[in-house]
Amino acid sequence: MNILVCISRVPDTASRVIVGSDGKTIDPQGIKYIVNPYDEIALEEGLRLREKNGGTVTALTVGGESSKEQLRTALAMGVDSAVIVKTDSSFDSFFVANNISEYAKSINPDIILLGKQSVDFDSLQVPSILGELLGLPSVSVVTKLAIEGNTVTAEREIEGGKEVVETSLPCIISAQKGLNDPRYPKLPDIMKAKSKPIEEKDAVNSDERVTVMGIEIPLKKRAGIILGGEDKDIDEVVRLLHEESKVI
Amino acid sequence: MSPNIFLTDDQVLIRDTIRKFAEETIKPKAIELDDKEEFSSDLTKQMSDLGLLGAFIPEQYGGSHLDYVSYIIAVEELARVDGSQAATIAAHNSLGVGPIYYFGSEEQKQKYLPKLTAGSLWGFGLTEPEAGSDAGNTQTVAVPDGDDWIINGSKIFITNASTDMTLGSTVLAVTGKKPDGRKEMTCFLIENGTKGFNPTAMKGKMMWRASNTSEISLEDVRVSKDAVLGRVGDGFKQMLATLDNGRLSIAAMGLGLAQGAFELALNYAKQRITFNKPLSTYQATAFKLADTDMGLELARNYLYNVCRMLDHKRRISKESAICKLYCSELAHMAADHCVQILGGYGLMKEYHAERFYRDQKLLEIGEGTSEIQRLVISRLIGCYD
Repeated sequence: MNILVCISRVPDTASRVIVGSDGKTIDPQGIKYIVNPYDEIALEEGLRLREKNGGTVTALTVGGESSKEQLRTALAMGVDSAVIVKTDSSFDSFFVANNISEYAKSINPDIILLGKQSVDFDSLQVPSILGELLGLPSVSVVTKLAIEGNTVTAEREIEGGKEVVETSLPCIISAQKGLNDPRYPKLPDIMKAKSKPIEEKDAVNSDERVTVMGIEIPLKKRAGIILGGEDKDIDEVVRLLHEESKVI
Repeated sequence: MSPNIFLTDDQVLIRDTIRKFAEETIKPKAIELDDKEEFSSDLTKQMSDLGLLGAFIPEQYGGSHLDYVSYIIAVEELARVDGSQAATIAAHNSLGVGPIYYFGSEEQKQKYLPKLTAGSLWGFGLTEPEAGSDAGNTQTVAVPDGDDWIINGSKIFITNASTDMTLGSTVLAVTGKKPDGRKEMTCFLIENGTKGFNPTAMKGKMMWRASNTSEISLEDVRVSKDAVLGRVGDGFKQMLATLDNGRLSIAAMGLGLAQGAFELALNYAKQRITFNKPLSTYQATAFKLADTDMGLELARNYLYNVCRMLDHKRRISKESAICKLYCSELAHMAADHCVQILGGYGLMKEYHAERFYRDQKLLEIGEGTSEIQRLVISRLIGCYD
């Protein structure tokens, strides 16, 4: 089985995020970067499929030089090869999907696994765009996966319940929490991963569809004020809305 | 983690991996295992699967081949969550595996290391009821008998010596007298199950309750000359060298415990509201946390630096004593502040603070008391020359 897993480098959600001086990116100083947690689930699923069916797992990322750190994690977890499609600029989901699709065409995977979303921009776009670009079935938010021969049965999370769908290989699966518990990389494998090669490719398509105009940190919630139930309190509410929060 | 610690990518990944494992796998069980005073074969097996039992041993013997900084980071991260599990790993690597790897013959390494990196534990029998800091007063005696040795005596406070995963222990015994009148000592590798060799678990500990601590009695234990570690008469030297490195893992346990206690106290102090504002905004609290953070920064930088010295094969007798002394006293302060900041909750078993408070005390006693560390340092700076 030829398995392709796409991973991305994201800030650890426990990091304190500060907006960069351009107002459009986050300041990377002091931010800890990790493998996107949903992509880690996709990696684990890829490794399990290989353990069951044989074959190879390739980890792919689209990003800058520093994204190699996340590929090292994938190698330590046990993928067979790692590929980076390099870009120095910022990018949108379309850009990422387009470049994954170009790489995928060169290796014809039986299955492409990725996280349902990256926890940085949370666009949830890549798996679906990728399906369109490659003309493959794309099943998203998958919590259970079974493959028998060419038949793929996937359980998806939907509002208030679950849905079971069937499709066939080759296909694209985006992973949701619950699909599996990702393994810990073993210490000797971490040590070995640092000497394994990472294949480098240049981004072939620089088309972007979304431009970030600005990002902001949400305002801290302020403590509410509780007033009484008398007529003068209504006057006070009006005054506060007009003079303090300036909404009327 | 502070950005001033220069770590390689693999050291960062090792820290993240062990932290995640400790948080997800050890933490949910730590309080119960401590309460029941129970060694967990299950957790030890999982730590073994991660490659923690042969941390710095080369691949050819089945080890993970970590550099010393990475090994120390692993111990630190275990201790940040649970001193008992950190003790199992630190004692096994530094005291169990270390002497066989550094002083054993190729035959002994081939015989034991592949097992000791893959799920079996090994103890280090140095301390006796009447020979702790005063190791020169060792009473256990080995007498030659043809090609064999007959050993009699007893050992106490030996970590990992009597679990169902234990393969055996290294035992220090007197084998004669040196020309200068001092005792000649030799280390023996003795497997559990050998007739007359009886390790038993000690109960009723204040700290590290989920780690195995044993007494060993030796009654006419017969071993062949192949059981001698290195050469006859090298025992005392081997033991001192082993303790030099062992002190670094105790230091890592102090650093990790201090980090765990600090994070617990800081998070609590930021959330706890007293007199209408967070506890952390009172200077009495804030300064305790600032002092602990300062200690953590200094301790971590120094300890990692000494580990790098060891990776470059430098002598570290004084430096390892400083690491052990400073980190264990830092752990004392951090655990004390932590309980104080948590107030009444800090005294209750369901919070981790009281376990930190008990566990830290060992660090000022085991593998050379704080007094002995000060003695080592003062000797090495020439006070008694």
